Amino acid sequence: MIAPHLPALQVVLPLIAAPLCVLTFNGRLAWLLALLVSWAAFAISVALLLQVLAAGEPITYALGGWPPPWGIEYRVDILNVFVLLIVSAIGAVVLLYAYRSVEREIAPDRQHLFYAMYVLCLTGLLGITITGDAFNIFVFLEISSLSTYALIAMGRRRKALTAAFQYLILGTIGATFYLIGIGLLYMVTGTLNLVDLNQRLADVQDARAVLVAFSFVTVGIALKLALFPLHLWLPNAYAFAPSAVSAFIAATATKVSVYVMLRLVYGVFGVDFAFGAEPLGMVLFVPALIAVFAGSLVAIFQINIKRMLAYSSVAQIGYIVLGLSLATQTALLAAVVHLFNHALMKGALFCVLGCIFYRIGSVRIEQMAGIAREMPWTMAGFVVAGLSLIGVPLTAGFISKWYLVQAALEQGYWPLAVAILLAAPLALIYVWRVIEAAYLQPVPAGREPVREAPLVMLIPTWILVLANVYFGIETSLTVENANRAAALLLHGSW
Amino acid sequence: MKHHRVLRIAAKLLIPFIMLFGLYVQFHGDFGPGGGFQAGVIFAAAIILYALIFGLENARKVAPTRIVTMLISAGVLLFAGVGVVPMFLGANYLDYSPLGATQQSGQHIGILLVEFGVGITVAATMIAIFFQFAGRGRDE
Repeated sequence: MIAPHLPALQVVLPLIAAPLCVLTFNGRLAWLLALLVSWAAFAISVALLLQVLAAGEPITYALGGWPPPWGIEYRVDILNVFVLLIVSAIGAVVLLYAYRSVEREIAPDRQHLFYAMYVLCLTGLLGITITGDAFNIFVFLEISSLSTYALIAMGRRRKALTAAFQYLILGTIGATFYLIGIGLLYMVTGTLNLVDLNQRLADVQDARAVLVAFSFVTVGIALKLALFPLHLWLPNAYAFAPSAVSAFIAATATKVSVYVMLRLVYGVFGVDFAFGAEPLGMVLFVPALIAVFAGSLVAIFQINIKRMLAYSSVAQIGYIVLGLSLATQTALLAAVVHLFNHALMKGALFCVLGCIFYRIGSVRIEQMAGIAREMPWTMAGFVVAGLSLIGVPLTAGFISKWYLVQAALEQGYWPLAVAILLAAPLALIYVWRVIEAAYLQPVPAGREPVREAPLVMLIPTWILVLANVYFGIETSLTVENANRAAALLLHGSW
Repeated sequence: MKHHRVLRIAAKLLIPFIMLFGLYVQFHGDFGPGGGFQAGVIFAAAIILYALIFGLENARKVAPTRIVTMLISAGVLLFAGVGVVPMFLGANYLDYSPLGATQQSGQHIGILLVEFGVGITVAATMIAIFFQFAGRGRDE
C-alpha cells in the first residue's frame, strides 16, 4: 500500500518534520524527530533505488492526482535516485553526528530551530532531485537555499552573518536567473514538465528566446553549483557555518545543483542543441579546468582548514563539470561517480574538522599542530579521507579520477589527461600540510591538552571515512548505476 | 501615542473591521478574489496597527511570541497534513477529491483547509517579522 507513495513520502516526511521540530521547543526532542525522519528518508531512497532497478524504467507520481504534463510530476529514474541516495545518506549520517556538535555550537533556545532548518534543507534538496517539473525545481531550490542561509548564519562567529548574507545575495541572483530562463521556456513551449519541455523544444530550437533561456538557466545553475568564477560565495559560507552544516551542505548542496545542470542540459535541451548547435562544451570546459587548478592552488595557502576544504570543493566541482562538458558516456559516468564520491570525501573531512573544532574550538592550522597524538582516531580519519581526495588507489577518489582520465584519452584529449594527473599533487600538498602539522609538529604553547572526540561524533565520521574505502574497492553500486545514468542522459533510457 | 486621541480611537474602530475583512478574504477566497496569503497579510496588519498605536509591549500581550511561533508551524503542518490525508484514502498526495462526498466537494474542502493553513502561517510570520524589527535594540 505504501510502495506507490514512496516518491511523495521522500519529500513530505522531512517537510512535515520541520514544523514539528519547531513545535517541540526542545533541542533533544527535535533532534530525535529529525534523526528519525532523515533515516526514514534514507530508507525510502534505498527502496526507490530497488524499485527503479526492478522496473527498468522511470517511476512517476502525479501530485494531487493531476496527470503530467499539467500537474506536478515526481519522476524517479536511475540518475536522480542515485542522487537521492547520496543526499539522504549524508543527511542521515551527519544528523547522527550533529547532536553533540550542535550542543556545543548553537545556543540552547535555538537548537530546535536548527533541526527544523536542517530537515527543511533536506526537504528542499530531495525535492529538487525528485521532481520532474521545472518550476517545482525553483520552489525547492528556494526552500533549500533559504534554510541554508539561516543555518550558515547560526555559526558562532559574527562573520557567519556576512557569509550568509553574501550567499543570500549571490544565491538569489542564481535562482532568479534560473527562474527567468524557465519563464522564457514556458513562454515558448507552454509547459513546465521536463519531459514535455524536451519534446516541445525540438520544434522551436531556433527561437532566440530558447537560446536566451538556455544561457540564463546555465549561468544561474553554474552560480548555485559554484563553478569558477561564480564560486565567491562558497569559501566563507562553508568556513563560518556550524560544523554539522558545513559537513551537510558541502557534501550535498552543490551536488544537487550539478544534478540540475545535468538534467537540464541533457534531459531538457538535449545533447544536440547544447553541444552541437551551441558551444556549451567549451563554455563549461574552460572555467572547469581553471577551477581545478585555481581552487587547488588557493587551497594550499589557506590557514583556516575549513576554508581550505571549501576551495578544494571548488576544484572538485571543476572535475565534475569537466566530465559534464565532454558529453561522452565515460565522461558522464565519471561526473556522476565523482558527484557521489566527492560527497563522501567532503562529508568525511568536514566531520573530522567538526570533531577537532569540538575539542579545541578552532580549525586553524597552527592550533591543530600535534593534534594527532591527542586525537588519533579523528586524524586517522582525515588521512584516509584526504587520500581519497587526492585520488590514491583503493579509495573512492581514485575511481572517479580514473574514469575521467579514461574519458579524456578516449576523446584523444591527452593534454587534458595530463592536466588531471598534474592537479593531483596539488591536492597532495594541501592535504599533506594538515597531516604534517597534526602528526609532526609540537603542540603549540598555551593549548590545553584535549581528549579524543566523543564516540557519537567519531562513529558517523568513520562511517563516511570507511565508505570512502568501501566505494574505492567495491564499485558495483556506484559505477554500474552511474553508467546507467550516463546512458540515460545520452540516449534517454538505460 | 498617548496624546493622539484621534489616532487611538480611529485605530480602535478600524481594527475589528480589518480583522473581519481578513477573515472575509480568507473564507470567500474560493468564490471571489482572495485567498490565504492576502488574508494573512490583512489580518496581520490589524495586529501591526495595534502595535503601532498602543505599543509593542501591549501587542506582545495580544500575540505572545511563543504562540506566534507555534502558529507559523501550525499553518505549514495543516497544509502538509491535509495533503497526507488522501494517501490514507487511496489517492495521491494533495489529491483532495476523496475528502468530500463528490470530487468537487472534496477539492473544495481541501483547498479551503490548505488556504486556511497558508493564512495562519502568513499572518503569524508577518507579525513575527514586525515584532523582530520593532523589538531590535530593546530585547537584548
